[in-house]
Amino acid sequence: MTMMDVERSQSAKYRLQVIDCDIHPAMTSWKEIHPYLEKRWIDHLAVYGSHLRHAFSEALSHPRMSPDAARVDAYPEEGGPPGSSLDLLRKQHLDPNGVEIGMLIPLRWNPGSQRNLDLGVALTRAMNTWQVERWIRQEPRLRASVLVAQEDTEGAVAEIDARGGDPNFTQILLLPRTDEPLGRRRYWPIFEAAVRNNLPITIHVGGTGGHPSTAGGWSSYYMEEHHMVAQAMQAVLASLVFEGVFERFPTLRIVIMEGGLGWIPSFTARMDKHWNRLRSEVPQVKRPPSEYVREQVWFTTQPMEEPGSSAALIDLFDRIGWDRLLFATDYPHWDFDDPRTAFKANLTEAQRHQLLYGNARTFYGFDQ
Amino acid sequence: MTRHVVATVDQIPPGQRLLVTLAGREIGIFNIAGEYFAVGNRCPHNGASLCKGRVVGLVEASEPGSYQFSRRGEFVRCPWHGWEFDLRTGKSRCEPDRTKVRSYDLKVEPGGALTDDTLRAETFSVSVEQQYVVVEI
Repeated sequence: MTMMDVERSQSAKYRLQVIDCDIHPAMTSWKEIHPYLEKRWIDHLAVYGSHLRHAFSEALSHPRMSPDAARVDAYPEEGGPPGSSLDLLRKQHLDPNGVEIGMLIPLRWNPGSQRNLDLGVALTRAMNTWQVERWIRQEPRLRASVLVAQEDTEGAVAEIDARGGDPNFTQILLLPRTDEPLGRRRYWPIFEAAVRNNLPITIHVGGTGGHPSTAGGWSSYYMEEHHMVAQAMQAVLASLVFEGVFERFPTLRIVIMEGGLGWIPSFTARMDKHWNRLRSEVPQVKRPPSEYVREQVWFTTQPMEEPGSSAALIDLFDRIGWDRLLFATDYPHWDFDDPRTAFKANLTEAQRHQLLYGNARTFYGFDQ
Repeated sequence: MTRHVVATVDQIPPGQRLLVTLAGREIGIFNIAGEYFAVGNRCPHNGASLCKGRVVGLVEASEPGSYQFSRRGEFVRCPWHGWEFDLRTGKSRCEPDRTKVRSYDLKVEPGGALTDDTLRAETFSVSVEQQYVVVEI
């Protein structure tokens, strides 16, 4: 019996029940947000356009082998980019994959790294309302993420407070390529607002902060950059830990989204090792770094590691903590994880259910 | 082994494909410059519908900066994660022994050879003038 056969026989036994923490909605045209954007900014975009902190403002930093970084089979028949059709989202993903709740993670236009801070804040307001009006009103299985323009802390905090308490919004969304490492104090009012509104902060790979996309500089190939998403997440975690963010905000909850998983145990162990020796440089870090991560950081599963053996994957989950893992598909992107086949391991039904559904249900409070 | 008549040759022009379901199995029939090949529609990696993928050739480099392109249209690339499968063998380019899609025996036969009783149960009648694509599973 091959691994695939094992998976099929296991998943056939019961109905799929999934909470998908990473679905990327798209617009058929940017005019979709015009109803929620002030006339002043519609005019601004028409005259000046959008200006991000790296070249080719509206392009990804590296061309993907797949247009729109999307599954080839995710283009709607009626036209428009993958992720723009609610009908196809239902037929291709939510219905057949048993998705009871799906989190919207809008990525394009990067309001958080707009050079014009006021435009960035205006875009977050419009795109947050767009998530509710265009998606959730039509499809109650979906939930929105509060986009914020993190380089304008005041504007970001105002938007968090405006959406806090609205059950359509389950989290605050940031991208890891911020102007400064995310744990720096200029961003602390955002963490404070997150705690005040009881919203976790989700950090999804990407961003156009202007820094090179790898720690070694701008790479030649997408494949290089695609591996280096883990570097960006490591930089975020180290900054949050050593700046003392977790100590200062003990109820802050962070979700690391799409950063891979294999590196987490070795990275936290290395932070502990160095803290044992160099602690006096960062006395604000009162406990071993791995403890903060274990208590205040969650990780989404996609793109799932494929170490080649069931035991290796289960060992990895043991080391990260089974209750820290939140299932995500990344629909409609090319590296989509199918809930039936993503985990190439011999999981018990209880383990599989915990990963696909139970953990996210508890984490986001859907069980209350 | 059961033989299934799936199409006339002109229903699958060169570079095109046809998805059929035979005995409950989805199978893609591909025409590569006049030759026909049949592979399962399920990607062995994570289960995507392979036949929705792009048909591509083989890009290789004998050394950095020196590229060769060959075997145009002889591979199908999974629509999700991009695994490339050789349509002639079903084997993936990167893990040929470990990750492969089922390939099926396929013949092109004249209609006159198909008029025995075992084939008359097909949903379309067989005419003797045509060439037919026949899959054995």
